[in-house]
Amino acid sequence: MTLYDSWRPPLPSGKRTEEIVLRFDRAREPRLLLLPPLFDEHNKTRHQCVEIMRKLDEAGVDSFLPDLPGCNESLAPLESQSLTLWREAAHEALALFRCSHVLAIRGGALLAPPRTPAFFYTPAQGKPLLRAMLRARTIAAREAGREEKAETLLAQGREQGLELAGWPLGAAMIRELEAAEPAIGPETRLIEQVELGGSPLWLRAEPDDDPRQAEALARIVAAGMLAA
Amino acid sequence: MTGQTAISTDATAPSRSQIDTVLRAILRDVLGLEEAQVEEFSGDTGLFGHLPELDSMAVAGLLTEMEDRLGIVIEDEDVDGEMLETYGGLLAFAEAKSVES
Repeated sequence: MTLYDSWRPPLPSGKRTEEIVLRFDRAREPRLLLLPPLFDEHNKTRHQCVEIMRKLDEAGVDSFLPDLPGCNESLAPLESQSLTLWREAAHEALALFRCSHVLAIRGGALLAPPRTPAFFYTPAQGKPLLRAMLRARTIAAREAGREEKAETLLAQGREQGLELAGWPLGAAMIRELEAAEPAIGPETRLIEQVELGGSPLWLRAEPDDDPRQAEALARIVAAGMLAA
Repeated sequence: MTGQTAISTDATAPSRSQIDTVLRAILRDVLGLEEAQVEEFSGDTGLFGHLPELDSMAVAGLLTEMEDRLGIVIEDEDVDGEMLETYGGLLAFAEAKSVES
């Protein structure tokens, strides 16, 4: 089994880019697309996402974690990406890897293709994600002796884009994040932190992993998929 | 959102010890500590500027969790080095905010 492969998601220009996909593919029937958290939360939980995929593999579920343009190992510039484009990429990935289900974590839920059987683990709205990043920027500015106002920054970001906590976000991304809500429907199974035990890893100051949480999450997802 | 220790929103002003408990639980989650370790935090325990892992993004997450779990709203102007520097400073801030809301 090859763990890494590549795929070609769309770019804003209409062209395509080559990106990495991490996969546990043994050509089994239950196949899952993993949509990880966004930005800083992605970095904090990357190890855990792979841990979850390993546990799913042991439970008999194939899973796919494609890099979206501008994310993880991607060479595409983040500032030219948007939620719309990432949604399109996620939709294509679902079909390309023939996935029946989605597991979305935090901001990943904002990208989940609608009307697709999905597990949303602590889904996040766009606005608080953006707010936390704006706050990180104003705190860092204050530390450096500069005074910045979140409202002013946001107004600027909507028009010209903005670098927030080291993430260069384009104007389209900022405007879309302000309004983005996870599409929770009858086909969505919500998974709360209490079901996994432990504390949320996306909240950690340093990236960390927790095999017990990964095991618990994989068990819920595998049981849901195998019963379907 | 996380289902972790939180103060119920229909309560009247939460007690000092309730806020203390929630705040320690948030710090445990953010810093990845054991319960016994955060129990040892005193008013003088240094936070922002003392713990290298507590960078601006981690502090932003911490403040967002405080808003969620304590049912308070933290304005930009509220955030300064003093309230973030020690556990005592953060607790005093959270208490003052809880009375306001």
